Amino acid sequence: MQYPNALQVCLSLSVLSFAQVPASAQDTVKIAFIDPLSGGGASIGEVGLKTFQFVADEINAKGGVLGTKLQIVGYDNKLNPQESLVQVQKAIDAGIRIITQGNGSSVAAAISDFAAKFNERNPGKEFLYLNYAAVDPVLTNEKCNYWHFRWDANSDIKMEALTNHIKTRPNIKKLYLINQDYSFGQAVRAAAKTMLGAKRPDIQIVGDELHPLLKITDFAPYIAKIKASGADSVITGNWGQDFALLLKAAADAGLQVDWYTYYAGGTGGPTAIRQSGVNHRVFEISEGRANTPHQSSQDFEKAFRAKYDLGLLYPRVVNQMRMLVAAINEAKSLEAPKIAAKLEGMKFEVFDGGEGFMRSDDHQFFQPMYITSFGERGDKEPFDEEKTGWGWRIVTKLETAGTILPTTCKMDRPS
Amino acid sequence: MRNAGERLVLELVLISTLNGVLFGMLLFLMASGLTLIFSMMGVLNFAHASFYMLGAFFGFQISRYAGFWTALVVAPLLVGAIGALTERYGLRHVHRHGHVAELLFTFGLAFVIEEIVQMIWGKAPVDYRVPALLDFPAFTIFATNYPAYKLFMLLISIGIFIALLAVLTRTRMGLIIQAALTHPNMVAMLGHNVPRVFMLVFGLGCALAALAGVIAGPALVTQSNMAELVGPILFVVVVVGGLGSLSGAFIASLLIGLIQTFAVSINVSLADLFAAFGFAVDARSSLSDLQNVTVAQIAPIIPYLLLVLILILRPVGLFGTRER
Repeated sequence: MQYPNALQVCLSLSVLSFAQVPASAQDTVKIAFIDPLSGGGASIGEVGLKTFQFVADEINAKGGVLGTKLQIVGYDNKLNPQESLVQVQKAIDAGIRIITQGNGSSVAAAISDFAAKFNERNPGKEFLYLNYAAVDPVLTNEKCNYWHFRWDANSDIKMEALTNHIKTRPNIKKLYLINQDYSFGQAVRAAAKTMLGAKRPDIQIVGDELHPLLKITDFAPYIAKIKASGADSVITGNWGQDFALLLKAAADAGLQVDWYTYYAGGTGGPTAIRQSGVNHRVFEISEGRANTPHQSSQDFEKAFRAKYDLGLLYPRVVNQMRMLVAAINEAKSLEAPKIAAKLEGMKFEVFDGGEGFMRSDDHQFFQPMYITSFGERGDKEPFDEEKTGWGWRIVTKLETAGTILPTTCKMDRPS
Repeated sequence: MRNAGERLVLELVLISTLNGVLFGMLLFLMASGLTLIFSMMGVLNFAHASFYMLGAFFGFQISRYAGFWTALVVAPLLVGAIGALTERYGLRHVHRHGHVAELLFTFGLAFVIEEIVQMIWGKAPVDYRVPALLDFPAFTIFATNYPAYKLFMLLISIGIFIALLAVLTRTRMGLIIQAALTHPNMVAMLGHNVPRVFMLVFGLGCALAALAGVIAGPALVTQSNMAELVGPILFVVVVVGGLGSLSGAFIASLLIGLIQTFAVSINVSLADLFAAFGFAVDARSSLSDLQNVTVAQIAPIIPYLLLVLILILRPVGLFGTRER
């Protein structure tokens, strides 16, 4: 948006303040969900909000936590770091002590920084920042912070897994990198270059593209460039419409390459892949997808689909919420410092099976990871995505131990 | 091997030209109405891109019940009628209070339309699909397919351009509109109903924007922020092309379409440029970040750079004749 922003902000703020009537005072444990609920990231934010609500409902049905119910309150940050801090402040003013956010590492860095400062200056009023999706490695390395906990594998962990897979595929010779131009996209390209340089120096990187975040409506020019480079594979960290539109343009131009992705499963992604007709040539690294052979997660998946008519995108949200409840129950308290102390180092049986743990050194959660490909389904793959008929198939599973990377974090603990 | 390389470059140039011209023609569909309204009323219509968005959503909704081809005709007519009513019962009343009031009116209208669209269709993209009849590759350049639907978009926009030109230069109505562009008071003195001309032009401009929305919706994304993505670029087209000049808007649209498309495919950075002239850039210097930014990375801001340059060097625009 180029023309006057102040007015827009005023208007939208006034609209928001009407929309969010605080729920009945202190009879619930409130969790502020801060993510884009309008604009280019809205489709992603809304799915996140629904997932949190679903898990909260599930927990409430079993009696809630410490005898009260969980309540998710949505705040729209328009994917903007400054706006996010305004929303965090609003949540704090409303008495909320647990904040969760996921989309946009630039936003995550701003909130994490704010949490550190706010909590130091306001003892007794500390809040927790639970990060379910922002994967810039700095958040658990150089810029690590005691009040920040991350449930998604950071982008280096994911790239490590992807490049280990690429290492075993000799048919990959020319690789193209296309990423969004902000901290996360830059982290993906940097990690891809160094890791491939070490594991497969013979692979030629024929393109290294950064494009504006969530602003491109037609990727045709970029696809023409990928085609002209002669690439046989593409690595992209693109998410949301930036992934769906990229694939859509590739389908239109008839581009046939292998795609190594972080977020192919996001809203609109499966539809775009189906349209482009690349059967099991789009790979995604994640903490689990619908067709994982694990009974309890498949039951959950069924219930989730019955309610929202969409697949579960964020198994990590289930992990995050269940661990939060476990920590609150152990601490027998709703105060952030006591919950944080219990979350540190917590071991947990994750959603798709297997044990994960929250590393105390940097507050990064480690868990089994999967590389999946999207295409026609076999007999043991019951779930399709977005009514395309195609679904996810597990290509490789990495156990927790195989995903651990060192950290440079020197955690500053409150005394 | 060398031949293969040359073929790929040629392919890139051809495809980029097609893509650039297509994007340019879409811009023109929207900018033509905007520039006519701008020069007649002296008001930049901030809500113009919102009518484009309305067109896309109306197109989506109508095509669900009556098919794409009905939508192609009905949606622009509907939006055109809404535009005409907006002028008749909104803008005309505000007009008395001067240009600032008019500007604020259209500015507010853009938000109102966005909110209404969000209320009805939500914030997520809607599933607006290319009609099955046009869902195939029209032709193949070397190894790249060019979708039939994009060809269709191109033909529609060229058709509209020719029709618009014919109306403006060959009909009585067109003559009055042209006269009202340059000498509105004189035209009114001669007994023509200038307010009605305004209303018609406003309606027509909105209908054209809506038509662009109907055909662009399936190819791009149809969602509630599509107006703000395209709005600012439209102003660039109008300013660069020159006030009230259709041919200016046409050239500027194509220019910006081509510049944006080609800029994406250029990987040259300042550092490369210096290197070509024999200056080595110290990778550790604090400016190295800036010098290593490629043209492709700054592609989205190039139109705005052009806007600034035009305003400094030729404020009336490329084809403008009147100071605003």
